[in-house]
Amino acid sequence: MSTIQPKIDEPVSDELALVQAAKGGDVSAFEELVRRYDRNVFRIAQHITQNREDAEDVVQDAFLKAYSNLHQFQGQSKFYTWLVRIAVNEALMRLRRRRPERMVSLDEEVKTEEDSLPREVADWSPNPEQQYNQAELRDILTRTIQGLPASFRTVFVLRDVEGLSTEETAEALDLSIPAVKSRLLRARLQLRERLGRFFQKREPTNGKETPETGDPIK
Amino acid sequence: MKCTEFLSELTNYLDGVIDERTKVELEDHLAWCHNCYVVCDTTKKTIEIYRDSQLYELPEDLRTRLRTAIVSKCHARKKAGPERV
Repeated sequence: MSTIQPKIDEPVSDELALVQAAKGGDVSAFEELVRRYDRNVFRIAQHITQNREDAEDVVQDAFLKAYSNLHQFQGQSKFYTWLVRIAVNEALMRLRRRRPERMVSLDEEVKTEEDSLPREVADWSPNPEQQYNQAELRDILTRTIQGLPASFRTVFVLRDVEGLSTEETAEALDLSIPAVKSRLLRARLQLRERLGRFFQKREPTNGKETPETGDPIK
Repeated sequence: MKCTEFLSELTNYLDGVIDERTKVELEDHLAWCHNCYVVCDTTKKTIEIYRDSQLYELPEDLRTRLRTAIVSKCHARKKAGPERV
Protein backbone atom coordinates (compact mmCIF):
# COMPACT_ATOMS: atom_id res chain seq x y z
CA MET A 1 0.00 0.00 0.00
CA SER A 2 1.51 3.33 -0.99
CA THR A 3 1.92 6.22 1.39
CA ILE A 4 0.24 9.62 1.28
CA GLN A 5 2.13 12.15 -0.80
CA PRO A 6 2.23 15.69 0.56
CA LYS A 7 0.72 18.27 -1.77
CA ILE A 8 2.52 21.38 -0.62
CA ASP A 9 4.82 23.30 -2.86
CA GLU A 10 8.17 24.31 -1.50
CA PRO A 11 8.21 27.94 -0.43
CA VAL A 12 9.49 30.23 -3.10
CA SER A 13 12.94 31.52 -2.46
CA ASP A 14 11.97 35.18 -2.67
CA GLU A 15 9.74 34.89 0.38
CA LEU A 16 12.35 36.08 2.84
CA ALA A 17 13.04 39.06 0.57
CA LEU A 18 9.33 39.92 0.62
CA VAL A 19 9.29 39.71 4.41
CA GLN A 20 12.37 41.94 4.64
CA ALA A 21 10.82 44.48 2.27
CA ALA A 22 7.56 44.44 4.25
CA LYS A 23 9.53 44.96 7.47
CA GLY A 24 11.05 48.01 5.84
CA GLY A 25 7.57 49.41 5.19
CA ASP A 26 6.87 48.11 1.68
CA VAL A 27 3.13 47.38 1.86
CA SER A 28 3.02 45.97 -1.67
CA ALA A 29 5.54 43.29 -0.61
CA PHE A 30 3.25 42.40 2.27
CA GLU A 31 0.28 42.36 -0.13
CA GLU A 32 2.10 39.69 -2.11
CA LEU A 33 2.39 37.58 1.06
CA VAL A 34 -1.36 38.08 1.62
CA ARG A 35 -2.03 36.84 -1.92
CA ARG A 36 0.07 33.75 -1.31
CA TYR A 37 -1.56 32.65 1.89
CA ASP A 38 -5.02 34.20 2.24
CA ARG A 39 -6.79 31.11 0.89
CA ASN A 40 -4.94 28.84 3.33
CA VAL A 41 -5.63 31.12 6.31
CA PHE A 42 -9.32 31.33 5.37
CA ARG A 43 -9.64 27.54 5.12
CA ILE A 44 -7.88 26.93 8.42
CA ALA A 45 -9.96 29.62 10.12
CA GLN A 46 -13.24 28.28 8.83
CA HIS A 47 -12.36 24.73 9.81
CA ILE A 48 -11.59 25.87 13.36
CA THR A 49 -14.35 28.43 13.91
CA GLN A 50 -16.97 26.66 11.74
CA ASN A 51 -18.33 30.10 10.98
CA ARG A 52 -17.91 32.10 7.80
CA GLU A 53 -17.97 35.59 9.37
CA ASP A 54 -15.47 34.57 12.02
CA ALA A 55 -13.22 33.14 9.33
CA GLU A 56 -13.31 36.44 7.42
CA ASP A 57 -12.38 38.32 10.60
CA VAL A 58 -9.58 35.86 11.30
CA VAL A 59 -8.08 36.46 7.85
CA GLN A 60 -8.02 40.22 8.40
CA ASP A 61 -6.84 40.13 11.99
CA ALA A 62 -4.18 37.47 11.45
CA PHE A 63 -2.58 39.35 8.56
CA LEU A 64 -2.76 42.68 10.40
CA LYS A 65 -1.23 41.14 13.49
CA ALA A 66 1.49 39.60 11.35
CA TYR A 67 2.15 42.97 9.71
CA SER A 68 2.37 44.79 13.03
CA ASN A 69 4.66 42.15 14.50
CA LEU A 70 6.90 41.48 11.52
CA HIS A 71 9.87 42.79 13.51
CA GLN A 72 9.42 39.75 15.79
CA PHE A 73 9.69 37.30 12.91
CA GLN A 74 13.28 36.12 13.00
CA GLY A 75 13.20 33.86 9.96
CA GLN A 76 13.98 30.71 11.97
CA SER A 77 10.73 29.15 10.78
CA LYS A 78 8.91 29.62 7.51
CA PHE A 79 6.81 32.79 7.32
CA TYR A 80 3.78 30.59 6.60
CA THR A 81 4.23 28.52 9.79
CA TRP A 82 4.56 31.73 11.80
CA LEU A 83 1.43 33.14 10.14
CA VAL A 84 -0.54 29.93 10.75
CA ARG A 85 0.35 30.12 14.43
CA ILE A 86 -1.12 33.62 14.60
CA ALA A 87 -4.21 32.58 12.61
CA VAL A 88 -4.89 29.48 14.75
CA ASN A 89 -4.73 31.58 17.92
CA GLU A 90 -7.11 34.16 16.47
CA ALA A 91 -9.50 31.42 15.34
CA LEU A 92 -9.47 29.63 18.70
CA MET A 93 -10.13 32.91 20.46
CA ARG A 94 -13.24 33.43 18.35
CA LEU A 95 -14.39 29.86 18.83
CA ARG A 96 -14.10 30.25 22.63
CA ARG A 97 -16.01 33.52 22.46
CA ARG A 98 -18.81 31.91 20.50
CA ARG A 99 -18.94 28.79 22.65
CA PRO A 100 -18.09 29.93 26.14
CA GLU A 101 -19.93 26.94 27.56
CA ARG A 102 -17.35 24.58 26.12
CA MET A 103 -13.70 24.85 27.00
CA VAL A 104 -11.77 24.88 23.79
CA SER A 105 -8.15 23.94 24.14
CA LEU A 106 -5.52 22.30 22.02
CA ASP A 107 -4.30 20.58 25.17
CA GLU A 108 -7.50 18.64 25.69
CA GLU A 109 -6.98 15.52 27.73
CA VAL A 110 -6.05 12.69 25.45
CA LYS A 111 -7.90 9.57 26.49
CA THR A 112 -6.45 6.08 26.71
CA GLU A 113 -5.30 4.18 23.68
CA GLU A 114 -8.55 2.20 23.66
CA ASP A 115 -10.64 4.99 22.19
CA SER A 116 -8.66 5.02 18.97
CA LEU A 117 -9.43 1.42 18.16
CA PRO A 118 -11.88 1.22 15.30
CA ARG A 119 -15.15 -0.22 16.47
CA GLU A 120 -16.39 -1.03 13.04
CA VAL A 121 -14.36 -2.37 10.19
CA ALA A 122 -16.44 -2.20 7.08
CA ASP A 123 -14.89 -1.82 3.68
CA TRP A 124 -15.85 1.08 1.44
CA SER A 125 -17.07 0.94 -2.08
CA PRO A 126 -14.28 1.41 -4.66
CA ASN A 127 -14.97 5.08 -5.44
CA PRO A 128 -17.02 6.21 -2.46
CA GLU A 129 -17.03 9.90 -3.35
CA GLN A 130 -18.73 9.11 -6.67
CA GLN A 131 -21.85 7.86 -4.88
CA TYR A 132 -22.76 11.47 -4.12
CA ASN A 133 -22.98 14.66 -6.09
CA GLN A 134 -20.61 17.53 -5.37
CA ALA A 135 -22.95 19.34 -2.97
CA GLU A 136 -23.88 16.18 -1.05
CA LEU A 137 -20.24 15.20 -0.71
CA ARG A 138 -19.25 18.64 0.60
CA ASP A 139 -22.08 18.47 3.10
CA ILE A 140 -20.98 15.01 4.31
CA LEU A 141 -17.34 16.06 4.61
CA THR A 142 -18.18 19.32 6.37
CA ARG A 143 -20.55 17.77 8.89
CA THR A 144 -18.16 14.90 9.58
CA ILE A 145 -15.12 17.05 10.30
CA GLN A 146 -17.20 19.48 12.36
CA GLY A 147 -18.02 16.62 14.69
CA LEU A 148 -14.39 16.24 15.76
CA PRO A 149 -13.09 17.99 18.88
CA ALA A 150 -11.29 21.26 18.01
CA SER A 151 -7.92 19.85 19.06
CA PHE A 152 -8.16 16.91 16.64
CA ARG A 153 -9.76 18.94 13.86
CA THR A 154 -7.03 21.56 13.92
CA VAL A 155 -4.19 19.03 13.76
CA PHE A 156 -5.89 17.14 10.92
CA VAL A 157 -6.48 20.32 8.90
CA LEU A 158 -2.91 21.56 9.27
CA ARG A 159 -1.29 18.19 8.56
CA ASP A 160 -3.58 16.54 6.06
CA VAL A 161 -5.47 19.36 4.36
CA GLU A 162 -2.84 22.11 4.36
CA GLY A 163 0.14 19.77 4.14
CA LEU A 164 2.26 21.16 6.98
CA SER A 165 4.88 18.72 8.26
CA THR A 166 4.53 17.19 11.72
CA GLU A 167 7.28 19.52 12.96
CA GLU A 168 5.63 22.61 11.47
CA THR A 169 2.25 21.62 12.91
CA ALA A 170 3.85 21.16 16.34
CA GLU A 171 5.45 24.59 16.04
CA ALA A 172 2.29 26.30 14.81
CA LEU A 173 0.18 24.80 17.59
CA ASP A 174 2.80 24.87 20.33
CA LEU A 175 2.41 21.13 20.85
CA SER A 176 5.04 18.40 21.16
CA ILE A 177 5.63 16.12 18.17
CA PRO A 178 4.19 13.05 19.99
CA ALA A 179 1.09 15.11 20.85
CA VAL A 180 0.63 16.05 17.18
CA LYS A 181 1.06 12.42 16.08
CA SER A 182 -1.35 11.11 18.69
CA ARG A 183 -4.05 13.67 17.80
CA LEU A 184 -3.53 13.08 14.11
CA LEU A 185 -4.02 9.32 14.48
CA ARG A 186 -7.21 9.80 16.46
CA ALA A 187 -8.52 12.43 14.06
CA ARG A 188 -7.84 10.22 11.04
CA LEU A 189 -9.42 7.16 12.62
CA GLN A 190 -12.48 9.03 13.85
CA LEU A 191 -13.06 10.63 10.45
CA ARG A 192 -12.60 7.27 8.76
CA GLU A 193 -15.14 5.65 11.01
CA ARG A 194 -17.69 8.45 10.62
CA LEU A 195 -17.29 8.60 6.85
CA GLY A 196 -17.78 4.84 6.74
CA ARG A 197 -21.46 5.40 7.46
CA PHE A 198 -21.76 7.08 4.08
CA PHE A 199 -19.15 5.26 2.07
CA GLN A 200 -19.29 1.63 3.08
CA LYS A 201 -19.86 -1.09 0.60
CA ARG A 202 -23.46 -2.16 0.29
CA GLU A 203 -24.58 -5.56 -0.82
CA PRO A 204 -28.07 -5.99 -2.21
CA THR A 205 -30.16 -8.56 -0.30
CA ASN A 206 -33.80 -9.20 -1.12
CA GLY A 207 -33.99 -5.96 -2.97
CA LYS A 208 -32.79 -4.05 0.10
CA GLU A 209 -29.29 -2.74 0.60
CA THR A 210 -27.47 -3.55 3.80
CA PRO A 211 -24.00 -2.51 4.86
CA GLU A 212 -21.32 -5.16 4.80
CA THR A 213 -19.65 -5.12 8.20
CA GLY A 214 -16.52 -7.02 9.20
CA ASP A 215 -15.63 -8.41 12.61
CA PRO A 216 -14.57 -5.96 15.31
CA ILE A 217 -10.84 -5.47 15.38
CA LYS A 218 -8.88 -7.50 17.95
CA MET B 1 2.51 -8.03 15.34
CA LYS B 2 -0.86 -7.38 16.96
CA CYS B 3 -3.55 -5.13 15.46
CA THR B 4 -3.03 -2.58 18.26
CA GLU B 5 0.66 -2.36 17.41
CA PHE B 6 -0.21 -1.94 13.77
CA LEU B 7 -2.60 0.90 14.59
CA SER B 8 -0.05 2.70 16.72
CA GLU B 9 2.26 2.82 13.68
CA LEU B 10 -0.48 3.61 11.16
CA THR B 11 0.15 7.36 11.00
CA ASN B 12 3.91 6.91 10.56
CA TYR B 13 3.26 4.24 7.94
CA LEU B 14 0.85 6.38 5.91
CA ASP B 15 3.20 9.35 6.16
CA GLY B 16 6.10 7.20 4.97
CA VAL B 17 8.21 8.03 8.02
CA ILE B 18 9.09 4.56 9.18
CA ASP B 19 12.22 2.42 9.21
CA GLU B 20 12.51 -0.40 6.72
CA ARG B 21 12.26 -3.18 9.31
CA THR B 22 9.02 -1.89 10.85
CA LYS B 23 7.62 -1.34 7.37
CA VAL B 24 8.24 -4.99 6.48
CA GLU B 25 6.54 -6.10 9.72
CA LEU B 26 3.55 -3.84 9.04
CA GLU B 27 3.17 -5.05 5.48
CA ASP B 28 3.45 -8.64 6.63
CA HIS B 29 0.60 -7.94 9.08
CA LEU B 30 -1.44 -6.27 6.31
CA ALA B 31 -1.00 -9.31 4.09
CA TRP B 32 -2.98 -11.56 6.44
CA CYS B 33 -5.11 -9.22 8.57
CA HIS B 34 -8.07 -8.12 6.48
CA ASN B 35 -9.43 -5.75 9.13
CA CYS B 36 -6.20 -3.80 9.41
CA TYR B 37 -5.91 -3.75 5.64
CA VAL B 38 -9.38 -2.18 5.43
CA VAL B 39 -8.64 0.32 8.21
CA CYS B 40 -5.36 1.32 6.54
CA ASP B 41 -6.89 1.61 3.08
CA THR B 42 -9.98 3.57 4.16
CA THR B 43 -7.92 5.87 6.40
CA LYS B 44 -5.76 6.66 3.40
CA LYS B 45 -8.90 7.34 1.34
CA THR B 46 -10.24 9.58 4.14
CA ILE B 47 -7.10 11.72 3.99
CA GLU B 48 -7.17 11.89 0.20
CA ILE B 49 -10.86 12.79 0.04
CA TYR B 50 -10.36 15.67 2.49
CA ARG B 51 -7.19 16.83 0.82
CA ASP B 52 -8.90 16.99 -2.57
CA SER B 53 -12.24 18.25 -1.28
CA GLN B 54 -11.68 22.01 -1.69
CA LEU B 55 -13.89 22.75 1.28
CA TYR B 56 -14.07 26.40 2.23
CA GLU B 57 -12.57 27.90 -0.89
CA LEU B 58 -12.26 31.66 -0.62
CA PRO B 59 -14.51 33.24 -3.29
CA GLU B 60 -12.64 35.70 -5.51
CA ASP B 61 -14.85 38.73 -4.69
CA LEU B 62 -14.53 38.18 -0.95
CA ARG B 63 -10.82 37.61 -1.41
CA THR B 64 -10.39 40.96 -3.12
CA ARG B 65 -12.49 42.70 -0.48
CA LEU B 66 -10.46 41.22 2.39
CA ARG B 67 -7.14 42.00 0.74
CA THR B 68 -8.15 45.59 0.02
CA ALA B 69 -9.17 46.04 3.66
CA ILE B 70 -5.93 44.49 4.93
CA VAL B 71 -3.74 46.62 2.66
CA SER B 72 -5.55 49.83 3.53
CA LYS B 73 -5.17 49.12 7.26
CA CYS B 74 -1.48 48.33 6.74
CA HIS B 75 -1.04 51.74 5.09
CA ALA B 76 -2.86 53.39 8.01
CA ARG B 77 -0.63 51.61 10.51
CA LYS B 78 2.46 52.56 8.56
CA LYS B 79 1.44 56.22 8.75
CA ALA B 80 0.71 55.94 12.46
CA GLY B 81 4.20 54.54 13.09
CA PRO B 82 5.33 51.35 14.84
CA GLU B 83 2.82 49.76 17.18
CA ARG B 84 3.69 49.53 20.84
CA VAL B 85 3.35 45.99 22.11
